[in-house]
Amino acid sequence: MSETDAIPVFKSKADGGSDVGITNMSALTSGPGIKSMGEVLAVILVAVIVIGGMELALNIFDVPQYVLPKPSEIAVALVFDFHFIAPHLGHTLVELFGGFAIGASVGLILAAVITQFPFVEKIVTPYILLLVTTPMLALVPLLILRFGFGYEPRIIAVALASGPMVMINAATGFRRVDQGKIALARSYGASTLQIFWKIRAPMALPMIFVGLMVGSIFGLLTAVGAEMVGGGFGLGNRLTSYSSMIQMPQFFAVVLILSILGILIYVLFFLLGKRFASWEA
Amino acid sequence: MTAGHSKQPKLGVKGATKVYNTRSGDLLAIDRCSLDIMEGEIVSIVGPSGCGKTTLLWSMSGLHGLSAGEVLLDGVAITGPNPDISMVFQDANLLPWRNLDANINFPFEIKGIKPDRIWIDELLSRVGLEGFGGRFPRELSGGMQQRAALVRALSFKPSVLLMDEPFGALDAFTREEMNRLVEEIWLDTKTTIVLITHSIEEAIFLSDRVVVLSPRPGRVANIHTVPFPRPRSLEIMSTKEVFDLTNAIKREIVGTQQSRYPASSAQQLPAAQ
Repeated sequence: MSETDAIPVFKSKADGGSDVGITNMSALTSGPGIKSMGEVLAVILVAVIVIGGMELALNIFDVPQYVLPKPSEIAVALVFDFHFIAPHLGHTLVELFGGFAIGASVGLILAAVITQFPFVEKIVTPYILLLVTTPMLALVPLLILRFGFGYEPRIIAVALASGPMVMINAATGFRRVDQGKIALARSYGASTLQIFWKIRAPMALPMIFVGLMVGSIFGLLTAVGAEMVGGGFGLGNRLTSYSSMIQMPQFFAVVLILSILGILIYVLFFLLGKRFASWEA
Repeated sequence: MTAGHSKQPKLGVKGATKVYNTRSGDLLAIDRCSLDIMEGEIVSIVGPSGCGKTTLLWSMSGLHGLSAGEVLLDGVAITGPNPDISMVFQDANLLPWRNLDANINFPFEIKGIKPDRIWIDELLSRVGLEGFGGRFPRELSGGMQQRAALVRALSFKPSVLLMDEPFGALDAFTREEMNRLVEEIWLDTKTTIVLITHSIEEAIFLSDRVVVLSPRPGRVANIHTVPFPRPRSLEIMSTKEVFDLTNAIKREIVGTQQSRYPASSAQQLPAAQ
């Protein structure tokens, strides 16, 4: 009855409602949109100038390859050594998807459940904050001791890094209670479960996407970091290996692949957000 | 409008009292309100702000429990949301992630019944929203949103429509248009309507009776019968009778605020519960 017996406040947005997280969401949905052919040309032109300028500057100042390889050398390494790197990319993706799937599912379910019980939330939140703020990489040596050099320690680390991120953002979403909308559903006789699926969940969706995006980027970070700590495979392992052999073009090729991976993750959630949560922007 | 009526009231409010337990102590919002609303009647509730109008209406809808007293629908006590009662809220309260069609389907989804497409299409065309089904709320004007909310509220043919300051956020012209729309639909359906409003003109235009509540704690201070014929044209609405009634109600609301219930009366409330 606590929900029903509050003094009704029916201004347009009760409890600060929809205003929460709009700034976060706009980062997701109001990305740079390309308007015309002229803009496309400008973007390409700037890219050519930056990359070409780098190539030129590195040539003029005769910077040694082990300090910074030329863009052309990186491109050559990326093309001709890709078949060496590809299996490692595959391993990293397995760790990322595996760990993220576990972490995000647990995070989402926890967020949905604990926000229903304010008291539980108060107790759990400090621990979640601890998990969010502690770099999960710190646990990797321990996990390797326990689980060896296979996928397990990395997947666990990724799950531990991404799960709390998903959870904390999703919880913010689930906490955005609009009493007016809940009252609307109740006036039609909605059950608690119906209110959750038809009102709370859709209202939380924009923040859930923010959480998934941040969580997956954190997962990528942790996966690569864990691979650098130990084990004979993965893109992180390639980074330590190439740098120890001073194969800088290959090293930067791997860095480039990681950037592209990060951008793809961003674009994926950007598009998902645009498709399913654009009503808020 | 008390005992001795041959007909049973559609909605009977009997000694409705509501106390909110707030941080700064108990707050008596409405105090022993009694009111009978007959089938097919339009009744407005007016009163100074904070007098418990919304509390009273929410008790009628079953969304809110009462501390004492009861609300009867066709003689049966209301204990929770009732499928025969529909509510229109202060803002249109459309779900922003659903388009218009999906918003209007919402009550049917919750109730698990099939929407009556013919009736809904008729309502949509009556309020001028046919062809807007794919639009999202943010793409509609405030008036259109409120018309959509009206369609949603009437879509499942409730026998009682409760409206909580439905047009307060609209501009004056849109508001008048909405009032005419409500009258027009009511002339067709004869749905029992209870309306909270801040506009006495709106109350008189729409209502068979206007209930004036006292300042907090809300009590029924007076009930005015509005005798003017329908549809209430601009000519009728600009007669001296309407003008006098408006002023009488206005004086009552202002008067109760200033003299009849001095500020000190708030402390003399009977202990709650």
